Amino acid sequence: MKDAFGAPQSLLILGGTSEIALATARRLIARRTHTVWLAGRPSPALERDAEHLRELGADVRTVAFDALDCASHETVLGKVFAEGDLDMVLLAFGLLGDQARDEREPLAAARIAQTNYTGAVSAGLVCARSLQTQGHGSLVVLSSVAGERARRSNFIYGSSKAGLDAFAQGLGDALYGTGVQVMVVRPGFVRTKMTAGLDAVPLSTTPEAVAAAIEVGLRRRSETVWVPGALRVVMSALRHVPRAVFRRLPI
Amino acid sequence: MPADTTPGSDTGSAPPPTARHAPRHVSVPVTTEAVSVTGWGRTAPTAARLVRPRSYAEAAAAVRMCGARGGIARGLGRAYGDAAQNAGGAVLDMTDLNRVHTIDAICGTVLCDAGVSLHRLMEVLLPLGWFVPVTPGTRYVTVGGAIGADIHGKNHHGSGSFSRHVLSFELLTADGGIRTVDRGTPLFDATTGGMGLTGVILSATVRLLPVETSLVSVDTERATDLDDLMARLTATDHRHRYSVAWIDLLARGRSTGRAVLTRGEHAPLDALPARARRQPLAFRPGRLPAAPSFVPEGLLGRTTVGLFNELWYRRAPRARTGELQTIPAFFHPLDGVPHWNRVYGRAGFVQYQFVVGHGREETLRRIVRRISERGCPSFLAVLKRFGTADPGWLSFPMPGWTLALDIPANLPGLGTFLDELDEEVARADGRVYLAKDARLRPELLGRMYPRLDEFRRLRAELDPGGVFTSDLSRRLELREPARRPTPPLSRS
Repeated sequence: MKDAFGAPQSLLILGGTSEIALATARRLIARRTHTVWLAGRPSPALERDAEHLRELGADVRTVAFDALDCASHETVLGKVFAEGDLDMVLLAFGLLGDQARDEREPLAAARIAQTNYTGAVSAGLVCARSLQTQGHGSLVVLSSVAGERARRSNFIYGSSKAGLDAFAQGLGDALYGTGVQVMVVRPGFVRTKMTAGLDAVPLSTTPEAVAAAIEVGLRRRSETVWVPGALRVVMSALRHVPRAVFRRLPI
Repeated sequence: MPADTTPGSDTGSAPPPTARHAPRHVSVPVTTEAVSVTGWGRTAPTAARLVRPRSYAEAAAAVRMCGARGGIARGLGRAYGDAAQNAGGAVLDMTDLNRVHTIDAICGTVLCDAGVSLHRLMEVLLPLGWFVPVTPGTRYVTVGGAIGADIHGKNHHGSGSFSRHVLSFELLTADGGIRTVDRGTPLFDATTGGMGLTGVILSATVRLLPVETSLVSVDTERATDLDDLMARLTATDHRHRYSVAWIDLLARGRSTGRAVLTRGEHAPLDALPARARRQPLAFRPGRLPAAPSFVPEGLLGRTTVGLFNELWYRRAPRARTGELQTIPAFFHPLDGVPHWNRVYGRAGFVQYQFVVGHGREETLRRIVRRISERGCPSFLAVLKRFGTADPGWLSFPMPGWTLALDIPANLPGLGTFLDELDEEVARADGRVYLAKDARLRPELLGRMYPRLDEFRRLRAELDPGGVFTSDLSRRLELREPARRPTPPLSRS
């Protein structure tokens, strides 16, 4: 069960090697979390990440999960929920892709859309139902500021996150009053392996900062969390910039 | 209603194997929609099906039908944390079971349903010259809740906790049977303070306190700091039936722990002015308008609470004796404002109450110092001296010092800070109060409550299927300690 400050005791991470997710797990283990499930494609990296979390004192288990294989989500996630209540599910998988290549190769672009959106819709709904049955828990969805307004430079990734963001908001409304909280997290540019090699932008942030913001969001029972918080203001301004101007902006 | 489910119809105590069974053909009023439920502190909402049994038979049917995620009884929802929540399961709202069955006005006992509130009992009993033996800071708790949390009041140093005045109660257990539980039995001691996890209390017989009037004669004095306060309490507590101190936890430096000490006795008839003597047992609690349902976050910050505390301290007389106060004014000042818990805003608040034994004063001093230094905006922090403990296995009071304070839950870093205080309390063999807890680390529970394993064993025997479950019992692993480490489900 979560405590009065929203700190969960058990945690399921979908996308077990995500740096933001792992930073969040480390932070929550230092508070109350003693059980962590890392769901992801089986790999030595996943096992290594599990081992690192074990060293912090948590009971960490890994489970084979493929976002693209929607047909398996019920079975795989059903087994995890059958083992006991989960106080928090962190939906953290996602692909950034390479915009220039993906524009040339529609199949690669479709794979990004399927992972970031379709996979998340399927896994999100499976988890939401289980959380609703247990009457409590948080579904934390890692969206992105890129989904707030698609930019020329990464609209494939951005549009998939826009879809995910809208889905998560709607799901949150559907689950209002059921004891389940859906929290949409919109980080800006996060310095991780996903963004390695890209030029950093102003207001860029770190996985640790996102993790800290998630913890605060849980305490406040927030519906939306921006990281850093200043992005909320920046994006609400950018949202209203006319398209003709927006497409010329150096962002 | 069939005679065999009426409390008191069978005065012999039924041993567990021959527990009586309620009839099985009763329909249960169940809301199919799950509703969001929280404790009084309004933190950590979870959803549950709310069931309102109107008879013992309906309660028994509800327990039998509560499903895989179990059920828990709930009274007026004054437990601050998650004790009367049950995510995904059933919550039995007991407030429709609210009959006062028998009042023995000669011997001073009352037999009533568990859903009867102390407020109702006062309305019924005061005109007859009787008062409830123990009342906490609110009248809006049920008799069932008072037993389940083994509540205490300002008279603990002399009168002990609520269970000391309970002669017996009827308990609906997981098998659907109803047992009469008498004092001195393991089931009695497991249930008093057992947070509803041994069964649903249906009715109880409670011993009452005779009073001549419905007024309290109150002495007030100020203490300049914590040591002054503790010295005054130690030296003079035994002379007063009721004794409590309000501490200003925002005061720092030399005035750390400055306090207003309030003592009271039930006023004898001859202490009343002539006018009041005409109706010496009148009980007419007034109510102010309820707190608004929306309150902006952070209303109770350090500045507002600091100002309030300053005024409250200055307002109190340095020393005054024999002031006549009404029962609501002396015992239940906050009951005058319905829904006062809303003033903490959407994030809610936590109440932190701990006790440390005599000889552990240094721990109390250190904790008070830490709270003042940190500047926790807490108004109405209360210090009191407990007397002899009662035998409830998970009962909170023990001889020593107890401090209770409300803190807004949205204070950054509060979780970690309170964890550190828990460590200090546990190191001093003290404990925190489960009826108020919403955040204790489960690992510390066994240290704070040494009879926890006995409680778990009795529960495993009495309720092997885990019918009685609450969010509190899940969070603190009151049923069984977590099965860690566990083998992995699948490894690649």
